[in-house]
Amino acid sequence: MNNIRKRDIMSLIGCFALYVVMQLMIMFEIIGPFWELNIVLIGINIILSVSLNLINGYTGQFSIGHAGFLAVGAYTGAIVTVKLGLPFELALIVGTICAGALGFLIGLPTLRLQGDYLAIATLGLGEIIRICILNIEYVGGASGLMGIPRHTNFAWVFLVGVIVIFFIKNFVNSAPGRACLAIRENEIAAETMGIDTTKYKVMAFTLGAAFAGTAGVLFSHYFYIAHPASFTFMRSFDILTMVVLGGLGSMSGAITGAVLLTGISAFLAEYPEWRMVIYSITLIVLMLYRPQGLFGNKELSLKMFKLGGGNNGRTAEGK
Amino acid sequence: MEELLKVNDISMVFGGLRAVSNFTMEINKGELVGLIGPNGAGKTTAFNMLTGVYEPTEGTITFEGNLVNGKKPYQVTAMGMARTFQNIRLFSELSVIDNVKIAYNMHVKYSLPEAVARFGRYFSEEEEIINKALSLLKIFKLDDKAYEQAKNLPYGEQRRLEIARALATEPKLLLLDEPAAGMNPQETHELMEMIRWIRDEFKLSILLIEHDMSLVMNVCERIYVLEYGCCIAQGLPEEIKSNKRVIEAYLGEEVS
Repeated sequence: MNNIRKRDIMSLIGCFALYVVMQLMIMFEIIGPFWELNIVLIGINIILSVSLNLINGYTGQFSIGHAGFLAVGAYTGAIVTVKLGLPFELALIVGTICAGALGFLIGLPTLRLQGDYLAIATLGLGEIIRICILNIEYVGGASGLMGIPRHTNFAWVFLVGVIVIFFIKNFVNSAPGRACLAIRENEIAAETMGIDTTKYKVMAFTLGAAFAGTAGVLFSHYFYIAHPASFTFMRSFDILTMVVLGGLGSMSGAITGAVLLTGISAFLAEYPEWRMVIYSITLIVLMLYRPQGLFGNKELSLKMFKLGGGNNGRTAEGK
Repeated sequence: MEELLKVNDISMVFGGLRAVSNFTMEINKGELVGLIGPNGAGKTTAFNMLTGVYEPTEGTITFEGNLVNGKKPYQVTAMGMARTFQNIRLFSELSVIDNVKIAYNMHVKYSLPEAVARFGRYFSEEEEIINKALSLLKIFKLDDKAYEQAKNLPYGEQRRLEIARALATEPKLLLLDEPAAGMNPQETHELMEMIRWIRDEFKLSILLIEHDMSLVMNVCERIYVLEYGCCIAQGLPEEIKSNKRVIEAYLGEEVS
């Protein structure tokens, strides 16, 4: 068990080192403003894809309404800072809790559905949230909520990202997380092993939604504006693509997917006419040659590079 | 002898079909009971009622004096009944040890914050679960494959793992649904030994559904026979062997 604690501390030190390097590069303008913006965006997308991975990858419940929870976080966060004039830290907490609460309310009835039906229901609910926001004058309606102060910076995104990643990593390696994996593998068997499947499905859905809310607060407080058009179902698909591309049920996969896709889109910003073509071709090629995603359901580890080290990386931690 | 499970006159009706009709059974502590019958006799339906998958349309089931009717499968498991499946249902993408660890989940006491922030009871309980799971796997000779994916095990070992997983829930009654399905005579023989040994080692009762007559006759102390949803005979293996109706059910009636 000491090994696990040691490994946790080592990875935290690694994260801190990465942060210091990146922050210095931003300070000395080795990374320009364009890339700084994209790095923040990558960070937000990592939070989104990792949280969606908890629902779709680990618990096996196919949800495509993630943009809805992103919107809830973005707007409630903005209400706290703009309308109520309260600090940003509080906005982060409120946005997270509101999105989580909504996830709980939506999850309770919809998680009885399975597979395609759940996908359609969550898609619809995501749109309902957006349409509701569109019609609330208090938050600016169709023109969006403007004048949000820029509180988000690289440091905030990095900090929140690391917290979310560690949260989900630890969750999956604990008893409740194993219950979620069991539900993904075989719901009937999970139930006969004494697992309250509804409880854990709703738990995963609520946590995933809550983190999407956190990402929403960061998002609206970076781009000065919360606009309904940023939260269409296309946004949900973007996040889903990142998760599927990286590999459903792999934390490393979700992170890589977010970095890769946001990165590609930023690289191609100079060739707007080719952007979607190259983006789509990349996806098609990847899906043809790696239908299970870049990582499958494995984790990035040294063992991966050893012959015959085909263990499920998730459990390697238990050794 | 103390009564563990009492099934009182249960029936299961699907539309116009009476899959199980007025079935009565009791299992005492430490007993090894068999439930046999030809294909489609309603054995698995009866099993599903016992484990909470179906709620009986008529009749009551009590386990240690508590009513089972209307309980969900996970609640039934918490009461102390664990089952295996006719068609193996392992968590196939997960490792062998994870399969067993999941079954210990019911007994985990640490809370969600403790799990996520990794403090308090998390480390001590996780260590305990791993040790328990490993020692259980050792009993079933699976400990050297603890970190392999469950789907990569050979068929016989998957069966063993399923039984190990059911035992990890620490049941008082183990329900085995055709454990010998797809096994060769040698494996069936080993299974027979194992079932007896499990009963004595873990001090529990076992209810066995089986097609394989030799297995049932050799292992079970009492047998119930189902045909077309009705219980046509019950008693000691010797009695069942010579029961005319059972022979008819299995071999057909004599042509007169």
